[in-house]
Order: sequence, then structure tokens, then C-alpha cells
Amino acid sequence: MNIKTFWRDIRFLKILAQLIFIIALALVALYFYRNVTANLARQGLAVGYGFMKNPASFGIGESYIPYEPSDTYARALLVGLVNTLVISTLGIVLTTIVGVFAGVARLSSNWLINRFAAAYVGVIRNTPLLLQLMFWYFGVVIQLPSVRQAIQLPGPIYLTQRGVYLTWAEATATFPAWRVYLIIAFISIFVIWFVLRSAQKRSSLPLSPWWNLAYLLIPVLIIWLGAALQPEPPLRPFIPELSGLNFRGGLRLTPEFAALLFGLVTYTGAFIAEIVRAGIQAVSRGQVEAARSLGLSNGQALRLVVFPQALRIMIPPVTSQYLNLAKNSSLAIAIGYPDLFSVAGVVFNQTGAAIEIITIMMLSYLSISLFTSLLMNIYNRRIQLVER
Amino acid sequence: MAAVEVKPPVLAIGPLAWVRKHLFSTWYNIALTLLAVWLLSILLGPAVQWATTEARWGVIEANLTLFMIGQYPRDQIGRVWLTIFILAGLIGLSWGVWKNAARGFALIALSAGMAFILIALFFGWDVWDEWLLAEAILLSFYFIGRYLPRGALIATLAWLLYFPLVFLLIAGTRYIATLPPVDSSLWGGLLLTLLLTVVGNFGALPLGILLALGRRSKLPVIRYFSIGYIELIRGVPLITILYTASVLLTLFLPINIRPELVIRAMIGFIIFEAAYQAENVRGGLQAIDRGQYEAAHALGLNGTQTTVFIILPQALRAVIPALFNSFISLFKDTSLVAIIGLFDIVRVARSILAQPEWLGTHREVFLFAFVIYWTFNLAFTYGSSRMEEALGVGKR
Repeated sequence: MNIKTFWRDIRFLKILAQLIFIIALALVALYFYRNVTANLARQGLAVGYGFMKNPASFGIGESYIPYEPSDTYARALLVGLVNTLVISTLGIVLTTIVGVFAGVARLSSNWLINRFAAAYVGVIRNTPLLLQLMFWYFGVVIQLPSVRQAIQLPGPIYLTQRGVYLTWAEATATFPAWRVYLIIAFISIFVIWFVLRSAQKRSSLPLSPWWNLAYLLIPVLIIWLGAALQPEPPLRPFIPELSGLNFRGGLRLTPEFAALLFGLVTYTGAFIAEIVRAGIQAVSRGQVEAARSLGLSNGQALRLVVFPQALRIMIPPVTSQYLNLAKNSSLAIAIGYPDLFSVAGVVFNQTGAAIEIITIMMLSYLSISLFTSLLMNIYNRRIQLVER
Repeated sequence: MAAVEVKPPVLAIGPLAWVRKHLFSTWYNIALTLLAVWLLSILLGPAVQWATTEARWGVIEANLTLFMIGQYPRDQIGRVWLTIFILAGLIGLSWGVWKNAARGFALIALSAGMAFILIALFFGWDVWDEWLLAEAILLSFYFIGRYLPRGALIATLAWLLYFPLVFLLIAGTRYIATLPPVDSSLWGGLLLTLLLTVVGNFGALPLGILLALGRRSKLPVIRYFSIGYIELIRGVPLITILYTASVLLTLFLPINIRPELVIRAMIGFIIFEAAYQAENVRGGLQAIDRGQYEAAHALGLNGTQTTVFIILPQALRAVIPALFNSFISLFKDTSLVAIIGLFDIVRVARSILAQPEWLGTHREVFLFAFVIYWTFNLAFTYGSSRMEEALGVGKR
């Protein structure tokens, strides 16, 4: 390299630019660090995670893992994290169903259904989720009738101001024995799949579709055999019944949980509906016409030609909606559901450990996001078009 | 060749045929129609009954000013009107200068003003003359704009000056006697919501462009920094960023600098929105043909010149719809400041519900807040899609 003109060498300039960037970044970081230490020293605070072992001494409304106010802060945050995970997972499953139904309804030739879906999507997408959650909680769930005048839906499901009571299943004494039969039936599905696949490989003609009935019949046969050997069914319906001033039995969803779940599901569902509609519309009409001219029925064309292609278009935007749902569950604080953000807020108010709490919070949400997008990316890769 | 006129079959046109085709064409369509009618009747019936008999709509009329400007001093309300008048003038000017591109927004503004006049006259509120003045200003600036020489330049400069001017008018300053400072904790309602939306969006745009360019940079340090920033911000909820901005930001600043909560929230929104706008802009950058780079290179432009004069103008034009979309979604997202304690529309709604005489009017208050957001978004969507059409964005 000519020493006189090295400052005109593009390779040198690139390294120089990056060095300057790193140094600038380091200076900014140093500036922040000095401010933080000065501020903390003035407030007499120290950074560290020692406080996590101290007793939390506050109650949490609902929890899926055992928790007492005497447990540690770390435990309290874990309760919040589990609550976030529960509502996100349930929400993602339910919102997919709502979204697909609403998206298909948007394409319906039935005018009334079409307008119905359009109104749902239009109103929900154009108003803030926070407001919707507050409306569902303060305007609807809290104002439901008292336990004695509960609204009964088929199921039975009872809607009351104390929460929603669902009919659920309850394990009986024979349930442990049953699990074995269930597992055998489950394994049998894989065995059938394997056997059918190897049979298919050996024959040149496609197998009769009637063989697919084996997937249904053999597991049912196994479970039925199990039933004959047991004196009592493994599950019995667990029906909520009014006793005194409250319901007994069934599964109770707290008002906060019910409002949050409903709000998140309807909100995200409206966005997914638009994605589903756009995805189906994006498959060109020629595809349907080609499928029809090959002799496929309308249903087959939709199932075998349109839907797989629409799915490819839909998966990436739907993934980001799933992530939005998980992130939006942090709005639970507005209606008092103890999710990660709201528990972390209480811990911060008690300890003043801002940096530590916010780091934990951000890392938790970040790992939820990364994990969800990892799963969806794996799925996406499986269904992508394999080009030659 | 003379066409033989054949009358359409009686059952193929007319309302009856329409009903048959759209509601009762097959057995499952009949079932769906009946299901929808049944659902509508059980949902709409009680709702209409509630809205016309039980609901106490007086809560809206009594608190309308609170909804619009929060606790902003009532004797300084003229300053808010002034920002609206200038905005009306700017919209009119843009309409005159840019014609079709701004017509959608101008028509929306005109009809909204008209609606406000009628509503005010109907209820006997004394704000109808202000709205009439705004309409007059809009129309007169439209004619000024049509005959103004170098109109595009003047209108662009006026818009650029408008935002600092609004800030000056709303916040006030010690140096002008007629504009006494108004503490930012008093800003509220729709005024605050709009301020946060505009600042969040336009403040984030430069940062977003830089991050988008950084993400496509060939220098690994800058690229990984941009990727890290964008993915980190997009991976966490907005509320955690706002919370960080409201709680942690002061820790990172020198002891003598303590920005007010509104400013901290604005910084939070800019940090958040920059990551999303970077992704929007990146989409536009990716859509640009390689040939553009090669042509610019052949003309002797260097890298910076190519980016600034050739690539960015095209990329930004291509992402106008996406930028409008993020404007709308940030408008909705500003409601989150209610959680960190600013008096935006949502927080105003909560505070109204705490007034003893309006206890239990949750549905009325929240529904009215819905209406504000919904009409704004609809109007904005209409205006922006007219603008996209006029500019021919997305189809050339």
C-alpha cells in the first residue's frame, strides 16, 4: 500500500468509519454510565440482584404455580411470567380460530355475514386496544349480573360479575389407568402412519383413501377396549352449580382474565381476518380454474390448491400478529390481571430497583418474542415452496 | 348490426332478486342469514334500548372540553383555536397548491368542520362561529394557494414551520407576554394524543431512515448495531419502553436535566417508532432496482450522493402507504401513556368516571372515546388513500 494515499483507500476508510462509530458509541455509553452512577450515588441505591431473594409480601390475584406473599420477589416475577405465558398461549390459539372465521366471512357471498365481518374488522382495527380492554372490563364484565342472576349460556356456561364459570372435565379414580390407554392409542396413530407410508412406497398406485379410516378406528378400538376393562369412565363432567352465594365446581375464569382474553382475542382476530382475506384473494383465479379443469371439485380445489398457497402468504404476517398478541398482553395492567409487567411494576415500587427490573422484563419479553418467531419460522420453512 | 333488445328475466334484477342472490342462494346461505339475523337481534335490540333510554349521555356534553384539551387553562383556549386556524389555512393552501394530492384531506377537513358547526348549533354550544371561521380560512387559503407563485416551496416551508409553531403556541414561553407558559402536565385529551402522534412519527422518521440505511450497510459494525436495535425494540412491548422512558431516562441524564413526563414519553415514542419505520423504509429500499444504483454510479455520483438524491426519494415515495399505516397505529398506541400517567383521551375518560355525579357511566364514556379514535382513523385513511391515488404510489 502506498503510504501517501492510504487515507484514500476504501478498505482503510471502511475500517476507520467503523472504528469511529464504535468509539462514539463507547463515549455515549460512558456518558450514560457516569450519569447512572452519579444518580444512583445521590439516591443511595446500589445495582444488584440481591433483593430478588427478599420476601415479596404482596398478594397476587391469580397464579398457576403455588405462591404465597412470603415467597421471594423472584417467585413473584415468575408468577407474572407464567400468567403472561398462559394468556398469550390461549390467546394465540383462540385468535387464530376467530381470525380465520372472520376472514372467510369477509369473503362470503352472503351479504349480511360479509357486512357483519366487515363491521367487526373496521371497528376493532381502528380503535386502541387499551380502550377496548377497559370497555370489556369496566363496561361489560364488571357490570354482568350477580351470581344469583347469572346469564346462562349453553354448556352450561355462567356469566357473572364474579367471573365466568365453564363446565369442565374432572378426573376420576380410574384416570391414571386410562392414561396408559390414551398413550397407546396415541402411539398407534404413528404406527398406522408408518405402516401406510411404507405400503404406499411399495405400491405404484395410490392407496385407497378408505385406509385413512384406520387412523380413527384403531385408536377408538383401543380406548373402547380400555373402557370395557375399567369400572368407571376416566373423566366426568365438572358442572358449576349454584350453592349459597357462589358457584361450586366447574372452571372459573376471573373477570380480569376473561376480559383480557376476550379483548386480546377479538383485537388480534380482526387483524388476522384481514391477513386471511388478503391471503386467499392473493391466490390467482387461474389456479382455481386450472384445478377445476383437472377435475377437482370446488372443495378439493379450495383444500388442495388455494389454501396451501394462501397459507404461504399468510404465515409471516400472522407470526407478527402472534408476537403482537403476546406483547399486547402487557396491557393487562390497566384491568388488574397480574401479568409480568404489572407484577414487575409492583416489585419496582417496593424496591426501587429500576434497572434490574426493567432488564428482567425486557429480556423475558424478548425471549418470548424470539421463541415464538423461531417456532413460526420452522413452520414457515416446512410449508414454503420448494423450488427446483 | 342492430342489437335485439331482450328484457332481463324478472327475477334477475330488482330488490327481490338481490335478496335472493345475496342472502338466500343456497341452503347454507339461508342458515347463515338466519344466524346473522338472530345474532343481530339479540345484540342490537338491548343495545339500542340501552342507548335510547338508560344511557346518561349528559356525561359527554358536560365533559366535552375535557375530552378535547384536558386540563389546559380555559382562559388560554384561544391558543388551541389558533393552532386549528393555522392548520385550516395550511390545509387550504396545500389543496390550492397540490390540487388532487391534498384534496382528500381538504374535503375531510371541510366536512368535519361543517359537521362540528351543525352539531354545535344543534346543541346550542357557542363554538360554531370558531369552526365557521376555520372553514372560511381554509377556503380563502385554497384560492390564495391556486394563484401563489412558487406555491409548493412556500407550502412545504409553512408545514415545516407549523410543528415548532404549534409547540410554541401550546407550551408558551416566558419571553412573550401574550403566551404565558402552560405547564405540560396540563396538556391533555385529544390535543395531547395528536401532539404525541405527530412528534412520535415525524421525530422517528430521520432515525428510522438512518437505521434502515444502517441495516443495509456493508460495514458489519453498523449493520449489526442497526439489526440489534431494531430487533430489540420490536421484540418488547411498547409499554415497557414508555415505562423505561418515564422511570429510567432520568437516571441516564445528568442530575440537572430532568425533562417533563410529556417529553420523556415523546422520547419513548421516538425510540419505539424508529425501529418500525426503519423496517418500513427498508422495504422501500429493497424495492429499488439495481439499475438505479448503476445509473447513478455511471453518472459519477458517489455513494452518499446516490443515496440522498437517487435512492431515498424513490424509496420514501414507495413506502408512503406504510408510513401512513404506522401513523394510524401510533395514533392508537398513544393511548398507552394513560398507564404512565399522562392525561390523554383514555386517562381523561378514567378521570371523568371518578367524578361523583357521573359514577357508572363507563359505557357512555368509553363509547365516546371509541368514536373519537374511529372517526379520526377513518378520516385519515380516506385522506391518505386519496393522496396515494393522486401520487400514483404503488402503481406506475
